[in-house]
Amino acid sequence: MALLEVRGIDAFHGKVQALRGVSLAVGAGEILCVMGRNGAGKTTTMKAIMGLVPVRAGSVTLAGEELVGLKPHEIPKKGIGYVPQGRRLFAELTVAENLEVGLMTRSTGEATRERMLEMFPRLRDRLRQRAGTLSGGEQQMLAMARALCLEPSVLLMDEPTEGLQPSMIALIREAALEMKSRGVAIVLVEQRADAVLQIADRVTFLDNGRTAETVEAAALRADPGLLHRHVGV
Amino acid sequence: MTGLMKPGALHVGVALLLLAANFLLPEYHHGAMARVLTLAVFAMGYNVMFGYAGLLSLGHALFFAAGLYGMGLPMQHLGLAAEPAFLLGIFSGALVAAVVGALALRTAGVAFMIVTLMFAQAGYLTILYFLEYTRGDEGFVIAREARTVFGLDLAAPEVRYLAAWLLFTVAMFVVLALVRSPAGRVLVAIRENEERARMLGYDVARYKLGAIVVSGALCGAAGAAYGLLFGYVGATFASVQYSILPLLWVLLGGAGTVLGPLLGATFMFYLIDLSSGITDAYMLIAGAALVALTLFAPAGLLGELRRRACPWLP
Repeated sequence: MALLEVRGIDAFHGKVQALRGVSLAVGAGEILCVMGRNGAGKTTTMKAIMGLVPVRAGSVTLAGEELVGLKPHEIPKKGIGYVPQGRRLFAELTVAENLEVGLMTRSTGEATRERMLEMFPRLRDRLRQRAGTLSGGEQQMLAMARALCLEPSVLLMDEPTEGLQPSMIALIREAALEMKSRGVAIVLVEQRADAVLQIADRVTFLDNGRTAETVEAAALRADPGLLHRHVGV
Repeated sequence: MTGLMKPGALHVGVALLLLAANFLLPEYHHGAMARVLTLAVFAMGYNVMFGYAGLLSLGHALFFAAGLYGMGLPMQHLGLAAEPAFLLGIFSGALVAAVVGALALRTAGVAFMIVTLMFAQAGYLTILYFLEYTRGDEGFVIAREARTVFGLDLAAPEVRYLAAWLLFTVAMFVVLALVRSPAGRVLVAIRENEERARMLGYDVARYKLGAIVVSGALCGAAGAAYGLLFGYVGATFASVQYSILPLLWVLLGGAGTVLGPLLGATFMFYLIDLSSGITDAYMLIAGAALVALTLFAPAGLLGELRRRACPWLP
């Protein structure tokens, strides 16, 4: 059974309809990759799930509980973590303070913080450094760690490998696999198939604000032509 | 000394230095610094909202005036004693801030600035309208015999300075505790990236309103204290000039630094004071100094110091 289920949502940017009946689903311990060309509606879908873009039709459920209509700040508390495109850290706060801000809405505090620092050991060496001065890869790790401080059951990541060198991408992939092994459902928005196809279980393609197709990642790995048809690579 | 101890030691040091100044300053500067310390509390209140929560208000004169009149009117017309009147001033500042905040937070950015400005103008006009009670532009004087707190004459220079010092010191440690508390971190997080803070589960509007109320209470305390220490309550303090001044002090001293407002208020006060002794066109000198500071220290004096040498500065 799907943990997070998006069913036929319509969403708008002002008067412009950005999503038309988008559907996707991800289960516990599963990695779903969302792919599509620029402007296909990938980021808007993530924002619609998080309540940042109003959903006018359809439903978003987490473990059967409806999320549409909740205020944006209530959705993370239900158990969805979100790592937005471009990381968007609190640049003036230190690494430790960024984690602290992530932890404050949860009571598990210290244990969660320690687990994050075990998962991303580089951050331990940078605890007193301002987040704005970290490298791109370290910023991505911090963005992920901060979202994971909420102990989410579902983690949405929007283009986490954007602008990163291969060694950093490998670290991000490892972290995603570890979260998967802990039973976290992961939705990865990606443009770069090579960066995530190895770890994804399924791939949902979006095209012009609609769900085009959902396929097993294994099928894509076996038939690159499928990928070419949907994203032109 | 650890990074956590340094800020505490610095602020205790500043408080002690200002206390020592009571015994060392010549008469003129003694009086001037009592005024500066009171106005610095006003600037600190502004800084909570602007420097930490990232809300740029153009209407803080209203909160200062709420404290000033919240204290002054009951003393003048009801014969209330100074102690409860002072508390009433703080409460007035917080209450007015809560009402203005609840309405103004429906807007953001430039609209927020305009709405706060409009509220302050409405407040100013209200003071002028109720001339019978407020005496409008002319204002009213609080009698010296009424300005006693726990038997101490606030009009006496020594007592006045120490009262201003006490107010400043309490306000400084309140702000320091706030910005180093979890709530303070959330305010900075909201200033840095509102959407991300929301995505971590924070009710951004509630935190912002909280910051506005704390800001209003501090500005109200400054207004009430100003009236008590200097014995005058007038509409000038509700004018737009007193909404711009705390913004300038904070920008000069360093937005988002605890001691920046003190530094900015002192710098600006003495810049105008000294330049007015040189020429009638003293605002030209003040303006040139401000432009230079904006060019060479865009984060303000303490903001630049923090950026270049003291990253631990709160």
